[in-house]
Amino acid sequence: MARPTKASDAKALVPVSLPPVAEPEPLDDPRRGDVDEWGRSERMRSLARTLYAPLYEKWFRVEWEHMDRIPADGGALLVANHAAALPSDAPAIMHGIEVEMGRPVYGLADHFFRSVPVVGTLWARNGGVVAQPDNAYRLLREQGQLALVFPEGTKGPAKTYDERYRLRRFGRGGFVEIAMRAGVPIIPIAVVGAEESMPTLARVPAVAKALGIPYFPITANMLAFGPLGSLAYFPAKFRIRVLEPVTFDVPADQPRYSRSRIMEEAESVRQSIQEALYDMLQQRTSVWFG
Amino acid sequence: MGRRVLVTGLGSFWGGRLAQALEQDPDVDVVIGLDTTEPQVRLERTEYVRSDENYSILSRIVSATKVDTIVHTFLVVDSTRTTGRRLHEINVIGTMNLFAAASTAGSTVRTVVVKSSALVYGSSPRDPRWFSETDTRRNPARTQIERSLLEVEGYVRDFAIDNPHVDVALLRYSNVLGPKLSTPFSKSLRLPAVPSVFGFDPQLQLVHEDDVVRSLLFCINDGASGIFNVGGDGLLPWSEIARICGKPTIPLPFVGTNLAAEPLRRFGVDIPPELLVLLRYGRGIDNRRLKDAGFTYRYTTAGAAEAFIRAVRLRNTIGDRSDEYRYHEGVERFFRHSPAVVRDE
Repeated sequence: MARPTKASDAKALVPVSLPPVAEPEPLDDPRRGDVDEWGRSERMRSLARTLYAPLYEKWFRVEWEHMDRIPADGGALLVANHAAALPSDAPAIMHGIEVEMGRPVYGLADHFFRSVPVVGTLWARNGGVVAQPDNAYRLLREQGQLALVFPEGTKGPAKTYDERYRLRRFGRGGFVEIAMRAGVPIIPIAVVGAEESMPTLARVPAVAKALGIPYFPITANMLAFGPLGSLAYFPAKFRIRVLEPVTFDVPADQPRYSRSRIMEEAESVRQSIQEALYDMLQQRTSVWFG
Repeated sequence: MGRRVLVTGLGSFWGGRLAQALEQDPDVDVVIGLDTTEPQVRLERTEYVRSDENYSILSRIVSATKVDTIVHTFLVVDSTRTTGRRLHEINVIGTMNLFAAASTAGSTVRTVVVKSSALVYGSSPRDPRWFSETDTRRNPARTQIERSLLEVEGYVRDFAIDNPHVDVALLRYSNVLGPKLSTPFSKSLRLPAVPSVFGFDPQLQLVHEDDVVRSLLFCINDGASGIFNVGGDGLLPWSEIARICGKPTIPLPFVGTNLAAEPLRRFGVDIPPELLVLLRYGRGIDNRRLKDAGFTYRYTTAGAAEAFIRAVRLRNTIGDRSDEYRYHEGVERFFRHSPAVVRDE
């Protein structure tokens, strides 16, 4: 026979409702990966460097001049000429600096990459960032990183073989404005060899339009290797020359800078790279052996 | 004299949570809650007023109760909750009436806090990695929810310009996760396999539900005015968020993603188009402005994900432990107003 509950135990009959939970202590940041805010992963980069090293050392046999002109710390904007249907210069520059100096390099590029499945993700994991003033400012000014930019944009790699080593227009000089605002030097870089690694013979605008891509090239590699040629490079000898850093005597963080000054500086950077290219080409005896 | 606060959307998750928090504050004399539906949580002294969804009753309430603070938590930011026409009524017309009521002659309102969403920034490949409060979206707003929120923000701006004596805070929240909140976003993370879009692994930012309530209280008490992004520190790839939750991802095809998301709707996970875009390009909002104003976050993005999944695991084992609460008008009126109830003071 069940006994009636004693008066002192009456509380036990009240339906149990859990006491209000005290505000929990904030948790430690439980990160599982090493992907940074830009989407770059050092682990992925290191894997990519391992895979790319034979190509860098044995195929292109990349040689640098004056790499010491790139600052060992602090932000700097690397500005280079851009070539080859599937640009081979960006990986070479990024690989070289990361291996030699142990500094990450972020590659600023068109937002087109982000909208391509798989490619866009791999691109971001390997240091690709949308070329956008706010992004560049944050990288250079606030985080003191190295950023690589090709002011020619797609006009560089899209040009055909008969126009090789002739620099296109350097955009609207946005890269100069960013360097001014971020208060960092511009390091011009001249690359010889990329043009011959995948020369464009002709462009097919109709296919590019249908695929929604910036340009569709017919390359010499395609004629030589068939379908594989859309990815396989010729073993052109790479020489990369780092030019004197360009600094601007204007205060950083201004809302705007003189447009004529920007255009003037952009043109002078373009000139210096163009002259360095002509100089390097005068000294080059062979496309394949330098 | 203490604060007199009006909370819109008392029956919603946020309105209820906020009213509970306000009741704890001894400086708050009166909490009035407005909604079309009854409160879902137990409240001690909040006065609930039923209204229609576009708040035509509001100006009468404001002048009768002499509230000094209005917190607008009723904006719908989840398009799966309601249909197109109602969405427009609630968000746009409701906000219009709210501001009409707050700006009548002799209005006592001095603080207005509006809970909006980072949806106003959209999500596109052109986006900067971090949106600041002054940035505008890069692609046109395609979904109705984004358009309506942009219109609402227009009204907020107009009101702030016309009433410089009122502190207006407009808070834009990134995706919220937390132990209690249920959204399409949190539902997809509770599936056995988390949906993603093939070939994309976007960087996302999360904010914990406690930080949402705390940031609302911060703006009510400190009178911060202006636009503020609210999101935890850090951007995480979607795959890593899934990994923190201990789930594999199941990729949807990148063409016809919308069609492929259809079967998920059968499992009760209605992924709205704005979330599908987010699963491609992600979004980051710069939270430094609110921090500079003095707010501190308790959770980072990764911390919010971890806290969420811990609560999910607990609930999977012990069941839903929120105590069964049913609002009953007679009961609530009795406890608040009957002379039979002995009150302190």
